[in-house]
Amino acid sequence: MATYSTSEFKSGLKIMMDNSPCTIVENEFVRPGKGPAFSRVKYRNLKTGRVIDRTFKSGETVEAADVMETEMSYLYNDGEFWHFMDDETFDQVSGDKTAVGDAAKWIKEQDKCTVTLWNGSPLTVAAPNFVELEITDTDPGLKGDTSGGGGKPATLETGAVVRVPLFVQIGEVIKVDTRTGEYSARVKS
Amino acid sequence: MNDLKNKQWPPTCSAALLHQRAELYQTIRSFFAEKSVLEVDTPVLSRAASCDVNLDSFTANLSNAAQSQRLYLQTSPEFAMKRLLASGSGSIYQIAKSFRRSESGRFHNPEFTLLEWYRVDFSMTELIEEMIELLMLCFSENLAFTTVSYGQLFQQLTGIDPHSASLDELISYASEQENPEAVNICGDSRANGLDYVFSQYIQPTLKKNLVYFVTDYPVCMAMLANISETEPKVAKRFEVYFKGVELANGYQELTDVKEQQERFQQELEERKSEGLEPVPMDMNLLAALEFGLPTCSGVAMGLDRLLMLMTDAASIDDVLTFPIARA
Repeated sequence: MATYSTSEFKSGLKIMMDNSPCTIVENEFVRPGKGPAFSRVKYRNLKTGRVIDRTFKSGETVEAADVMETEMSYLYNDGEFWHFMDDETFDQVSGDKTAVGDAAKWIKEQDKCTVTLWNGSPLTVAAPNFVELEITDTDPGLKGDTSGGGGKPATLETGAVVRVPLFVQIGEVIKVDTRTGEYSARVKS
Repeated sequence: MNDLKNKQWPPTCSAALLHQRAELYQTIRSFFAEKSVLEVDTPVLSRAASCDVNLDSFTANLSNAAQSQRLYLQTSPEFAMKRLLASGSGSIYQIAKSFRRSESGRFHNPEFTLLEWYRVDFSMTELIEEMIELLMLCFSENLAFTTVSYGQLFQQLTGIDPHSASLDELISYASEQENPEAVNICGDSRANGLDYVFSQYIQPTLKKNLVYFVTDYPVCMAMLANISETEPKVAKRFEVYFKGVELANGYQELTDVKEQQERFQQELEERKSEGLEPVPMDMNLLAALEFGLPTCSGVAMGLDRLLMLMTDAASIDDVLTFPIARA
């Protein structure tokens, strides 16, 4: 089993803490006065997203976490699991609601997602930064209003609801920034 | 030959920094010249090492023969300088390269530069006053200084009396602050417990615009300092903190050879119980103390850190030419 010593700690290193895969956010070597050397570490639990502060005795070792980020195509959802495929190896993996999280709101078949794998299973899934989705429902509003002020809610084909300008209509395809959940532009068909 | 294109060859500090360091050394040298404090030069290699459990000395061999004499790179020039003091040198200073294994980070490089000076017949308070004078010359801005006892500061910020608190009390305090792992870091040492609590919960709360002189340490943290004769007994040691950084450590020096030998012995035993390699005690230092070290106070200040503070550098690499990764 691979381990890391505190002298190898740096931000981005993936370690196992409290039985969860974590990523080191910050690491600082401390040697107080004439006292014992230690490392002051901030790490993020990749399952819960929580950031934890802890100190480690210099030379202490921790288990490495088998975590890797990979680009995968979203295939389909079977009601319980979301299935993804590596386009090069054709390896398939499936993740549950916890792993897919918010990305579920945005992704359509064939979308390229960033899947973080832990021991080969999806731990988190990030949707592409921008997705193009069709509007399935929105208030018709006022024809000819191009001011864009105010806006209205619109339901997209994936079920997500975003605020769109008044002139955008049912059946149109829009570009959404998945990081903010905001309308970005109308896609000309 | 493939490595001719590596990006590691240039210095990590700016050209301006080279000049700032040179100017700082000049400031220091003229400061001491005016006060008739003598600049000295002592070897960085020694047959003996510091016994301090928390110091890890680099080793070297005198020759390549199998049974070659082992030498140690100094962790500070303290022992050699005290031998000079005992020989009658009078007040002395040195800008000295020092070496500590396994110390690397934003504020640490395994090889670093200390300004260490000793003033014969100075009390700790007089030495602090002199240090303030020097710091005022180094910084262009106006500095504000405060002197506070270790006990007062510790009590005020944690509610714990560091002179009487047990290791258990310190560990439970750390646990309450969500650092239960402190128990692994501090081992069996009350001094380690105090250092841990101080660096975790006190040092970060110090005001950034004040230079702190923290004085009168618990007896278990005396290191090479004299113990006061009056009750309650405290170690005549001080540390300097500025902008959250530990900048210097000083003592009203221990001159009693018997006491010094006992402290070394105790440190060697701690090393043994921690499973660390034994190191040779500095018998030349002890012989010098036996001959007679004049009453004096001394302080070591990290010049790389001083430069960091003077230039608002984020990392020690910004003030070094070639930090260890490029050495």
